[in-house]
Amino acid sequence: MPESPQHAITREEVAHLADLARIDLSDAELDHLAPQLSVILESIASIQGVAGDDVPPTSHALPLTNVYRDDVVRPGLTAEEALAGAPEVEQQRFKVPRILGDEQ
Amino acid sequence: MSAETRTAVELAGALASGETTSVEVTQAHLDRIAEVDGAVHAFLHVDAEGALRDAAASDARRAAGQTWSALDGLPIAVKDVLATRGLPTTCGSRILEGWVPPYDATVVARLRGAGLPILGKTNMDEFAMGSSTEHSAYGPTRNPWDLDRIPGGSGGGSAAAVAAYETPLAIGTDTGGSIRQPGAVTGTVGVKPTYGGVSRYGLVALANSLDQAGPVTRTVLDAALLHEVIGGHDPLDSTSIDQPVPALVEAARRGADGDLTGVRIGVVTELGGEGYQAGVLARFEESVELMTKAGAEVVEVSCPHFVHALATYYLILPAEASSNLARFDAMRYGLRVTPEAGADGGQPSAEDVMRATREAGFGDEVKRRIILGTYALSSGYYDAYYGQAQKVRTLVTRDFEAAFERADVLVSPTAPTTAFKLGEKVDDPLAMYLNDLATIPANLSGVPGISVPSGLADEDGLPAGVQILAPAMADDRVYRVGAALEALLAQEWGDALLAQAPPLPPAAEGAHR
Repeated sequence: MPESPQHAITREEVAHLADLARIDLSDAELDHLAPQLSVILESIASIQGVAGDDVPPTSHALPLTNVYRDDVVRPGLTAEEALAGAPEVEQQRFKVPRILGDEQ
Repeated sequence: MSAETRTAVELAGALASGETTSVEVTQAHLDRIAEVDGAVHAFLHVDAEGALRDAAASDARRAAGQTWSALDGLPIAVKDVLATRGLPTTCGSRILEGWVPPYDATVVARLRGAGLPILGKTNMDEFAMGSSTEHSAYGPTRNPWDLDRIPGGSGGGSAAAVAAYETPLAIGTDTGGSIRQPGAVTGTVGVKPTYGGVSRYGLVALANSLDQAGPVTRTVLDAALLHEVIGGHDPLDSTSIDQPVPALVEAARRGADGDLTGVRIGVVTELGGEGYQAGVLARFEESVELMTKAGAEVVEVSCPHFVHALATYYLILPAEASSNLARFDAMRYGLRVTPEAGADGGQPSAEDVMRATREAGFGDEVKRRIILGTYALSSGYYDAYYGQAQKVRTLVTRDFEAAFERADVLVSPTAPTTAFKLGEKVDDPLAMYLNDLATIPANLSGVPGISVPSGLADEDGLPAGVQILAPAMADDRVYRVGAALEALLAQEWGDALLAQAPPLPPAAEGAHR
């Protein structure tokens, strides 16, 4: 396997990933995180090539599929309970900041 | 003998005989918390009023001859990652500061249904990401054996609370070792049940395919009793196993006679040697020797893919965590931070608020893992990382299957070292990750495991643990062998290991939270 460069993660990549993950990382955090993530990636990249194409993937420890329940009405949270932890509530709804841009 | 140093089984006997009451036992533990938790900081929230109210109700039931379970009236502490109706649940994170869930996790509902007063919520690494409890947003928990050292993690609060006699019983959760590794470094017992054996409903998800709640106690029999209370099928969790829980208490009682005749014990070659502290290995080898003398047939088994388990885990876990933690979006519950202006200079949008909130609400390790998981799941990298990790997970499971053809249980040291000093590894993620080297394979394959104290390492006089693993749904085997080892070691020591822990300084650092 070639040496590290392919696993290094740049500051710009970390900034892009943080954007995808909706986290406003500070400059200091970006400086700190990029080298740490490169070290971690370097280490976990060792699993590449361990399993051949014939090995099926495991997504879950239990081989369960299609677990159904009866489609019947059951008690759930009241609207008040569901809204109890909300940062902002209006007319029994979650109140959120604007979703669209000004030009949209 | 004071109430707080007795085991749950002893206390249950004292309640049954009328020697003491649940209110007395609960108050004794609340007093102990007030005395030592300023120094230990195992609890994030103590609910004295609720615990005493439930204790009084338990005493009333008992007086009327109507107890709900073998543990009715015994106080318990719950890791702060399980939703508790009416009690704050933070997951050790600022993003959930002050959140009070409107519902109970199934595990919590079962504790209440069995009559156990809940003393409070225990400290943990933020969203269970860590092996030292130093990643809690509310400050670290300290190891009762040495207050300058870590209690393990992520469930360091539950383990330390049990080790410091603040509670006889606690609940932990184990995604890569977060019950077993704290057990090892605090000289206590911790069990990760078979995946699907205990409901995950109301357990705030770190990695759905790996998370499992389980008992944290001072003895194997206490763990079995607690496991029987919380285990079993739950229709609210689609990954819950719809089969009866094996007879765990019976297995623990049987094991306590110390006879292991006919039990095949496999020592895993790959979980030992390089990277393991000499004193940890020495206690492990003694434990294997004791089990051999007790009639066990010991074989060495190789699980060649276990060397890749850590890397596999650190791809699968961040991938699952990054999508799970997307739910913390500042819209429906938890923290909301509104920046002065949006990215476009106008009013902040929902997305601007989300970015600012997640920046302010998540700590370093959570951010690291979210970014790592986002990377592993990105197109172009998915096959090379996450896809590959899923395949290696299959190979780890095949190693277990082959090993369990030759052995009834597998054993190894639980953690490679004893408790390290606070701050020693907090900004070195890879060094921190190595703590879970031996515990991770069980999570990848869903098999059950226990950590039992194995003694004190010669180098530092700190506790070490032995891990016992069994095939899925054979949790009874970890209790039988665990109880046998516990009994054999107690014969050697003349008492429980925790009896050797130094006394804690009383009420040193002021009131607990």
